[in-house]
Parts: sequence; C-alpha cells; structure tokens
Amino acid sequence: MTDHIHTASADSPLRGAGGATLFEKIWEKHVVKTIDDGPSVLYIDKHFIHEVTSPQAFTGLNKRGIKVFRPQQVVATADHNVPTLNQHLPIKEELSRLQVEALIKNCAEHGIELYGLGHPFQGIVHVIGPELGITQPGMTIVCGDSHTSTHGAFGSIAFGIGTSEVEMVFASQCLLQSKPKLMRINVDGVLNKGVVSKDIVLYILSKISASGATGYAVEFAGSAIRSLSMEARMTICNMSIEMGARCGMIAPDETTFAYIKGRKFAPQGAEWDKKVAEWKQLFSDADAQFDEEVFINAAAIEPMITYGTNPGMGIGVSETIPTTETINDTDRSGLAKSLAYMGLEQGAAIKGQKIDYVFIGSCTNSRIEDLRMVASFVKGKKKADGVEVWIVPGSKQVEAQAIQEGIDKIFEEAGFQLRQPGCSACLGMNEDKIPAGKYCISTSNRNFEGRQGAGARTLLASPLTAAAAAVTGVVTDPRSLPNPSAGGALDS
Amino acid sequence: MSDKNLNKNGERESSNSQVQEPPFGGQGGFVSRFVPVNIENIDTDQIIPARFLKATTREGFGKNLFRDWRYYNDDESKTRADFPLNMSQFDGEILVAGKNFGCGSSREHAAWAILDYGFRVVVSSFFADIFRNNALNNGVLPVQVSDEFLQRIFLQDNNTELTVDLEQQTIRINSTGEQEHFDINSYKKTCLLNGYDDIDFLLSNKAAIETFEKQRV
Repeated sequence: MTDHIHTASADSPLRGAGGATLFEKIWEKHVVKTIDDGPSVLYIDKHFIHEVTSPQAFTGLNKRGIKVFRPQQVVATADHNVPTLNQHLPIKEELSRLQVEALIKNCAEHGIELYGLGHPFQGIVHVIGPELGITQPGMTIVCGDSHTSTHGAFGSIAFGIGTSEVEMVFASQCLLQSKPKLMRINVDGVLNKGVVSKDIVLYILSKISASGATGYAVEFAGSAIRSLSMEARMTICNMSIEMGARCGMIAPDETTFAYIKGRKFAPQGAEWDKKVAEWKQLFSDADAQFDEEVFINAAAIEPMITYGTNPGMGIGVSETIPTTETINDTDRSGLAKSLAYMGLEQGAAIKGQKIDYVFIGSCTNSRIEDLRMVASFVKGKKKADGVEVWIVPGSKQVEAQAIQEGIDKIFEEAGFQLRQPGCSACLGMNEDKIPAGKYCISTSNRNFEGRQGAGARTLLASPLTAAAAAVTGVVTDPRSLPNPSAGGALDS
Repeated sequence: MSDKNLNKNGERESSNSQVQEPPFGGQGGFVSRFVPVNIENIDTDQIIPARFLKATTREGFGKNLFRDWRYYNDDESKTRADFPLNMSQFDGEILVAGKNFGCGSSREHAAWAILDYGFRVVVSSFFADIFRNNALNNGVLPVQVSDEFLQRIFLQDNNTELTVDLEQQTIRINSTGEQEHFDINSYKKTCLLNGYDDIDFLLSNKAAIETFEKQRV
C-alpha cells in the first residue's frame, strides 16, 4: 500500500447526498441559527481559558458592562507563562505575575472555576480538560489556544480561537462560524516497533505540509488510529492545527469510553449509560463523503524528526535532509532560509546531529504515558555529558502520578530534571528558554524560528526519540538502543 | 510609513487597536503604497514572539511586530538593514506577504501588532484560518490573491500604489491597471463596511440562544 491523496471532484454526485460525517453530526446539533449567505451561530459547550489570551476579553466585557453569560461552562487554568520551578513562591517575572493575578481576579468576578497555581488540578489546559473528564464526545469545545484541537481525540469539535472570539463566547456562549470543508486521513496497517503516535502525525505533516489541511476539519481514521490509546490519539489531534486544520477529530469508541469512565466530571450512573448510548452514534456513516481523503500506510513510518522551521519539514531519522531538488514544492522556496537558521546542510544526514537540550513536555507529549515511555527507555541509562534535559509534566496530576510510580527516581538517576507543570519551553514565555544557536530536541509541536527562545533551534520528535538523543547527545534512532519495554509499538 | 507619524519606538503615535472608523467604505477604495515581506509560511511567532504576549491590553504590540527579523540579537540599536520594515524606501498601510500567512498560534496579538504598527490590509496568496478571523475582528482586511498576482505585486517598484476596493471586492496595481477579484464572506464584508460588531450581533440573538439551550436538554 502506498500513501496517496484523493480529492472528491466538486461536482461529485455523492458529496452531500450520502450519510453524515462525524463532524456534521456534531455540528448540526450545535447550530442555533444560520445567517443567509453567512456564518452560523454555533453553540459552545465548554470554554477553556488561560492567563495569556483572556485578559483583553474580560476587559471588553467590562467595557460593555456585561457578565460572562454561562460561567459554569468555562474552566480556567494558569499554564502559558508560569514558572516550572518553585511554583510555591510568588512569580518573579512581573508581567507574568500580573497576567496570572488578572486571571484570578477576573475568574472571581465572573464566577469561573480556576485551577490556578497551587491547585491539585492545575496544568496545561489541554491536559487537564481530558484528565478531569470535562472533555467528552459530541461536544463543541473552544479555547484561546490553537492546540485546542487536542480535545477532538474524544470525538468533539474542538478548535482554537482569538481573544475577540473568547469575548464572544463569554458574552453569548456562541461563536459565528462557517462550516469548513471535510478531510479524512486514514492511517491503516501496523506500526513498526519504536514508532509512536508523534511519528504518525509528523509523517502526515511531512506528506501534506504545514498548510495541507487549512480550511478543513480533519477526521483521523483507520486501523492504526483505532489501535492507539487516548493519550496517543490526543498527540495526533493536537498537531492537526500544524497542518492548518480548523480541528482534528477521532470517532469515540470503547477506548474513549474506558478512558472517561470514573473521571471527576464524567457522567455517573444512569446518566453514564445514556451518554454512552449517544456517543456510540458518533461516527462517520459508511456512505459519508469527504471533500478530500488521504491514505497513509502505517508500516511505512519510521521514527520522525524535523530539520526545518515549520512542522511539515520532517524526515525519518535515518533519512537525509532534502535538497532544493528533492523537497516538495510547498517548502522549496523556504528551504535555504530554514536551513541557514537551523545551521544544517542540504543532503546531510540528520542522525548524529549534536544536540544541547532535550525538552519533554507540552500539550503534545507531557502526559503520564509519555513520561512512562521515557522512563522505561532511560532506566539504567545516563544522559550524555553537556546535554540538559527538562521533563515538564502536563499537570499536577501527571506529576503526582509520576512520583507515585517512582518515575521521578528514574529521571533523577539518569540526570534528567523533573520540573513542575506548564507550557514551559514549548513557547518560551516563562524562564524556560533555549539559548540562541543551541539545538533542542523537543516533544512539543512547533519548530518555528525563535519559538523556544530567540535564535533557538528546535528539532521536533517523539518522547522516545528525544530520550534516545538525551542518552547519546546526538540525534539517534531509538530502535538502535536497548530498550527494556521493546516489543511492539512502544507506546502501547 | 511616513516617519513623522512614528514615535521613538517605531510605532504609530495615533495607533489604536480598537476597531476604528471603517476605512474601506469610501468611494474609490482604499489606496496606499505597500510594504513587501516576500517570505512564505510567516507564522504568528514571527509576527509577534511569545515573550511579548504578557500585556493585558490590546495596545502597544506594534513596536514588536516581526521583532526578531527587525533586530539582531533582540537589540533595538542593531536593526537589520535587509528587512523591508527597516528599509526607508518602503511605506504604506498595506502589508504584502508570501503564502500561508499567519499560521501557527491563535494569538490575536498578531493582528493587534499589525494594526498597531499601522497596517490596515494584508495581501497574501493564502491565509491561515485563525489569523484570518482575528484580522477581520480587528478591522484588518485580509486580501487573498492568486500566486501569480502576488508575484506581480512583488515585481512592482516601491512607489507603486495598490487600490483595495472592498465594496467591489477588487485589488488593483495602480501603475499597471492589473486587477483581481478577491473573496470575502458577505457577512464579514457588511461588518467591515459598516463597523458592525459580532458581539452586538450575538447579544441581539440572546433569546434564540436561550431557547436553543432549553430545547436541547
């Protein structure tokens, strides 16, 4: 089986005449009204907020003299700019502290639940929503953060919004939205050993580019997706925005229900049975039509790594960096600029590239399974000299679980630093920045210029590939090192 | 930008990030010279790096627009002479950029920085979804043109003016007369031409929203 892309012709007689897609089933249930030749008023079930993209929206409400319309459907946390060391002390950086204080004040004034610093539920907004059972199938979910697409792993329509839109949802629990085109990405087959969900999504990105899904809602399907845990599915939906997608989603199944059951805000008793019956209807009908379908062979994927300055610029770890002759059309014009920034050469091997920092964290890969994967890989190994390794758990609950399982001891023995929850070096808003010119292999989602700090050079990879580099000090194929947990896909 | 309007931080003295009197409704369209930034996939981390997102107001982001491309080593005294925003021959309220403009983070600060600096129109051959919405919500007009037309604009000299006519949905290179139609959602067009506000519209639908809530329980 080879990868390919199929686009439905615009006049396809089937488009619109067949059954409904997962996206359409949820969308239709949330349309309050539709403006003629314009957007729909879309009802929002859950609204997550954080300290960076909400203050101006609260100011807007205050100027209008109105309160948040449905505060019980809003959940807040502090994650983007918080320090990841000594969280019990006042935040040293003044502007960060003011933003966090503004969030506390605004949430109190508007009656919004806040899981702020010091709270046992605090963490990265896209980690805590699912782990608390707030994120559920069939919902519409928004947040002033592009990685809101993460929540689509539960079969919800979840997407990032700007601050003006945060204000709209505050004011009316609705947004004006135009229905996007629909794409399905099918990943079938069995993953190779050492290949995990991060590699799947980096591989898809390398095939369709960082703008390949702009204007689309994407559904991920196929046997390889079905075989993944919920946390692994979240990693894939998380990075659907890196393809430009409005949202990414996966139909809920028994894996989804088992994950949600018993969580703090999950439905209970008879309500649980009723909800599961509803959730079981959330799938794309067999005759549903998509505007575009992509087919990916899971067996063709090897551990992936990026070499450039957008997440679509990725290769297998054993491959060489493309040249202007071999690269896809989308990234050709930017290749020279990207490689100059990265200090890398066309046609060179990526394996063996020296690295200075390892960052394991972010809303993409900071959950307990990610930490377990790294721990089982590094147990009994030490980090390479001269490499700094930061492990930043996604939430207080992930941190507590890691300590309970003794994972913290494994990291300590390996010379890895386990820090406290937050977005951290994914975007370098707090002190966790990579110095200019230094190489960081990172489990986060963006390798843009300056993303991890001005002049920082980011190589995106899976937790396993990042852990392998931490041990050797250079980009390494994780399959080439002994691994106690080896045996099938290492995230299963 | 004409220098007389810039303060010492290189931002517009009169800039105001709230949606202003709509400039797109007048006769003859919106006419301005343009600043070309011929780079593709300009992400919002380039437009406004994350370390400048710590404000709790919408104002003042213009001075950090394209910060790491304007200065060496984050030092305002070391301007990069080869970056168009630092080149005195370029001026105007229209930013022209390579395709897939505004990808990445949802930060509306990117749109605020562009407006605060003094741009009212961004022309590209492709826009990321969230940026497009954020721009429209701040009275910045994203004009999507064909790759060919974009390249034609980049070929023009620095005195060339562009005319953006929102009513007619056209963009014209004044010196050559070349013109192209652009698409915009008709609801958003009406909002921009009249200065309407989405929140006012949504608030006016409160009764329908409450009815919807009751019916779905």
